[in-house]
Amino acid sequence: MNAESSLAVDAQRIARRFGARWCLRGVSLQVRPGEVVGLAGANGSGKTTFLRVLSTLLKPNAGAARVYGHDVTRAADDVRRHVGFLAHTAGLYDDLTALENLRFAAEMLGRSPEGLEASLDRVGLARVANDRVRGFSAGMQRRLALARLMLMHPRLLLLDEPYANLDAAGIDIMNAVITEVRNAGGAALLVLHELAPAAGMLDRVLTLVDGRIAAEGDGPAANAPTASAPTLASAAGAR
Amino acid sequence: MAWREDWRRVRVIAWKDITTERRSKAGFNSVAALAVTILVLFGFALGPEAQALRDAAAGAVWLAALFAGVLAFNRSFQVELESGAIEPLLLYPGSRWTILAGKLLANALFVGLMLAIVVIVGVTLFQVTIPKAWPSLLGLFALGAVGLVVLGTFYAAMSSRTRAREVLLPLLLFPMLVPVLLAAISGSKALLTGDLMHEAGAWIRLLVAYDIVFVSATLLAFEHVIEA
Repeated sequence: MNAESSLAVDAQRIARRFGARWCLRGVSLQVRPGEVVGLAGANGSGKTTFLRVLSTLLKPNAGAARVYGHDVTRAADDVRRHVGFLAHTAGLYDDLTALENLRFAAEMLGRSPEGLEASLDRVGLARVANDRVRGFSAGMQRRLALARLMLMHPRLLLLDEPYANLDAAGIDIMNAVITEVRNAGGAALLVLHELAPAAGMLDRVLTLVDGRIAAEGDGPAANAPTASAPTLASAAGAR
Repeated sequence: MAWREDWRRVRVIAWKDITTERRSKAGFNSVAALAVTILVLFGFALGPEAQALRDAAAGAVWLAALFAGVLAFNRSFQVELESGAIEPLLLYPGSRWTILAGKLLANALFVGLMLAIVVIVGVTLFQVTIPKAWPSLLGLFALGAVGLVVLGTFYAAMSSRTRAREVLLPLLLFPMLVPVLLAAISGSKALLTGDLMHEAGAWIRLLVAYDIVFVSATLLAFEHVIEA
């Protein structure tokens, strides 16, 4: 099915195993455009594996998933055009500068390399644009990975522990990016260990236990107006 | 146009690999040092007799290039794995064969430089006279290097996600490289001795066929190899 779907994510009974161990045991989930969904659960419950299946990095052993109507297995390249995946690790090249890392990403995406300095400025890294990433702290690498993610103009954010290693200003920038994607009609799926940094952002929170969705509830501030969330401009001003 | 997009991706991946390698320096220096050390050890093993050294020169040069090349091939995917950069690389939309093609381009430059050093040291150490047919010898070296790089880079990708990749790569690679080594060593030896039996052409044709088959096959198979 190639037609654009009204759902950002439509996962049906996704199962995935590593060797003999089943990591996901039939996870079904729908995410609508404009929704921000949290995915909680203990270590090893399958949260990251689920995100990796949706991002096309892993193929499911059973079940099917679609991102904006594109099947993650059969139309993986179409899925990749919509998805921005932020993993545990920043996935940057240590011997390239911050600007070169972004230029590499822009060239790979076929985007113009112009305006990359502005992208770095948005995440508070303009002053280290020409420094090699090897010397960056974990938080700075996270910010740079976020700037790279935004070059893709994703309609679906898949964020694995997005607040890890970020300071307060970094958390505001992350929330501003999520808000920006949501306001543009996109959606986000966040793997979280702590819900507090995402307060005001989440519409729903799902809990995974042993590879299955065990509980679903409203986000801690589901009714908070979107306008209360930080904008990128205000977050950048706070850093 | 799709091919222009693909070519841009190939170029940018090659640029990234060459830049990171140039800046880290440790990679090329250690590979070149290993290749020269192997050549010197061959020299010691063969003894001081000039004719024995000359006869063994082609084999020693190609084996030194092979053993040192394995280090280089392993490194080309290690850079991607070190900080998890392989995942963003796989998530860029577009043809995945361009990842291999970009790495082939960078590794070809890398191995080409290494081979140049090995040949210069080999010619000096093994008292080899440069033949009149040196352009053919240069072409044969280029074809042999392509064969080495194509399979080396492909198998490095295949073994990159395994824990025993340093051991696995030579185990997978060496048997597959027997035809290219045989052709490269025999062809080089023939050209160095004046090609009296007119056999160099056959070895060069074998290398051309080998390169065409394996460049095509590895580019087609790469997507399946790199997927988890």
